[in-house]
Amino acid sequence: MAGIAVLVFREVLEAALIISVVFAATRGVPGRSRWIGAGILTGVLGAVAVALSAGVIAEAAAGMGQELFNATVLFAAVVMIGWHAIWMATHGRQLAMQMQTIGSEVSVGQRPLAALLIVVAIAVLREGSEVVLFLFAQSAGGSGWVDVAGGMALGIAGGCATGLALYFGLLRIPIRHFFTATNWLLLLLAAGMASQAARFLVQADFLPSLGPQLWDSSSVLSDRSILGQTLHALIGYDARPAGIQILFYIVTGALIAIGMRLWGKPGKGAPRTA
Amino acid sequence: MNAKPSYSLFLGLLLAFGLLAGAGPAAAEDPEVRLVIREHKFEPAEVTVPAGKKIKLVIENQDATAEEFESYELNREKVVPPKGQITIFVGPLKPGRYPFVGDFHKDSAKGVLIAK
Repeated sequence: MAGIAVLVFREVLEAALIISVVFAATRGVPGRSRWIGAGILTGVLGAVAVALSAGVIAEAAAGMGQELFNATVLFAAVVMIGWHAIWMATHGRQLAMQMQTIGSEVSVGQRPLAALLIVVAIAVLREGSEVVLFLFAQSAGGSGWVDVAGGMALGIAGGCATGLALYFGLLRIPIRHFFTATNWLLLLLAAGMASQAARFLVQADFLPSLGPQLWDSSSVLSDRSILGQTLHALIGYDARPAGIQILFYIVTGALIAIGMRLWGKPGKGAPRTA
Repeated sequence: MNAKPSYSLFLGLLLAFGLLAGAGPAAAEDPEVRLVIREHKFEPAEVTVPAGKKIKLVIENQDATAEEFESYELNREKVVPPKGQITIFVGPLKPGRYPFVGDFHKDSAKGVLIAK
């Protein structure tokens, strides 16, 4: 049971941390629980579908279907997060001011919650499909029903508890700085996902590695440790990154930062034309 | 609120990543190594590969359950479907030992790539 719990925990942890950041970033928005709940549900259904079609995906694109699939959904998430972060840069200040004066849920017009639904769904789908495949393998391998169910429950509970801890930790940030902080977290989250996508494309030999291993910091912080995995999920920590991962990380971070600066200047509305 | 800027921004970001992702090189002829997963074990469990060269790793899963090839040392992770086969590119590697596991059957599925 412990082995099952550990694997499930590792996968759930990554998704739970991403959901926590998204949940924090949508603080004060009416209806966000419904959107994020719908994202989780979509992700779970998607995870089962992906697990069931693992063979088809693996054989697609001359055996590189998994890499293309992962890179595509990661880039989709990057674009959605980037879009939201830039959108928030223009509206976060207004939102924070309203929350300070009214102190409750406020509406600042339409927010791209659908974008975040997709981000949440993708996070759950990616990690969840591995859990489903693993559980198939476990039950086929003769693990008892109690072991599988118990391990799954423990793993999910542990992952969710860590996510909740992050969420309530984030809520302690003073409201004046709150959305600035969550926006930077979103930026780092997107940059980390872009770096992971690049790794998949190198693994499939679609992109040059630009140095297969720029450094090895596994002796300082192993990506096997809980902290390493937490930082991997949140800011894309990788103990042995390829050069192109760093390039994707920096370019993504820079694009979003530039977008936030361009559209997020105080007292300036969004430009009429692009 | 004007929705136009967000939309064009969205398209711009999508385009930027499309360009980045599409700029890959064609695959060259790389040394190939074949591994088989049978009864949740890698065969052979130890493979020597040339250092300094990109390696094409072909893994065939003869079991009826999925496996996940995983190596922190190689920074690689890929699901191997039941009765399926996958390809994974690693390196060029510095001389050394690069352990890998089948993440779904960690106790038995263990192996190591030795780059010389």
